[in-house]
Amino acid sequence: MSEVIVITSGKGGVGKTTTSANIGCGLALTGKKVVLVDADIGLRNLDVVMGLENRIVYDLVDVVEGNCRLKQALIKDKRYNGLFLLPAAQTRDKDAVSPEQMQKLCDSLKEEEFDYIIIDCPAGIEQGFKNAIAGADRAIVVTTPEVSAVRDADRIIGLLEASGLNDPALILNRLRADMVKRGDMMSIDDVTEILAIDILGVVPDDESIVVATNKGEPAVTDMESFAGQAYRNIVKRIQGEDVPIMSFERDEGILDKFFKNIFRRG
Amino acid sequence: MDFFSFFRKKDNTASKNVAKDRLKLVLVHDRVNCSSQVLEMLKTDIIKVISNYMEIDEEELDIQITQTQSDDKTGTVPVLYANIPIKSMRKVNQD
Repeated sequence: MSEVIVITSGKGGVGKTTTSANIGCGLALTGKKVVLVDADIGLRNLDVVMGLENRIVYDLVDVVEGNCRLKQALIKDKRYNGLFLLPAAQTRDKDAVSPEQMQKLCDSLKEEEFDYIIIDCPAGIEQGFKNAIAGADRAIVVTTPEVSAVRDADRIIGLLEASGLNDPALILNRLRADMVKRGDMMSIDDVTEILAIDILGVVPDDESIVVATNKGEPAVTDMESFAGQAYRNIVKRIQGEDVPIMSFERDEGILDKFFKNIFRRG
Repeated sequence: MDFFSFFRKKDNTASKNVAKDRLKLVLVHDRVNCSSQVLEMLKTDIIKVISNYMEIDEEELDIQITQTQSDDKTGTVPVLYANIPIKSMRKVNQD
């Protein structure tokens, strides 16, 4: 059974592409056959985040317009078994495809026996968004603990539900435990209370993401990083496993605790 | 209360609470999908109807969309809040 999952957010820059890359790669690491579809036509980026930018020959628009066969456009990631990328076109715009064509594309990908088809949705609520959600069975909304991102997430949740994509799941990205502790950042509970939606995962604000993106290797493969662990947990939850949300506070050494107690009693 | 707590911020002034309150209010408006023009039209109509029965203080009139706890206490629902000061009653023909 294949499942089409769209990763969306409304607001740009909250981490949709990074989330898509990590979820796709993480699912492939568990032995699933996965295709990542970059639906951000005109502003493609999933290829660089995945480190596959040098291998693009055909793209999504070529497939839709019949310039090539679907299999010719799929880039096989040689590092991770079972992982493929369908890149977006860079020289076209959102109107180059219609929701009906995207729906058809998703159906053809299902016939290729992918377990998961992950669609990286562009920012905004216009044509690109409508295209990206057209063939989806399930939606994941990415947000950060900021007023603007949460507001846009709320709007997107409404639009998803209006399109029949009920019960989208939330990923809270770039959470900073220290700021939450100080009361200077909304917590997981604050955000889920406002959006009234189930949380699929929480990803800490972690330097390892920047390093991973620099190298074109998704952080989910980094066994040392907090963000990598967070993505591996999300991948387990997508597959139905019940994994508790991790806490992101680093273990304090004895010296840290000692000094903390001196300077901040109570 | 220890010495250092004097320097720490009180919880209700924490910036995340400001963010939450602002977000909640913005979302009430977003979800109701009521533009400020529509609200202005509504206000004009309400004044027109009420003025048939009483003289009201249009300067002090306050109409806004806000939220309140739902009857079953499971969440909040949007409400239209109107505070309309009455100056005097008009004589209304009751037949």
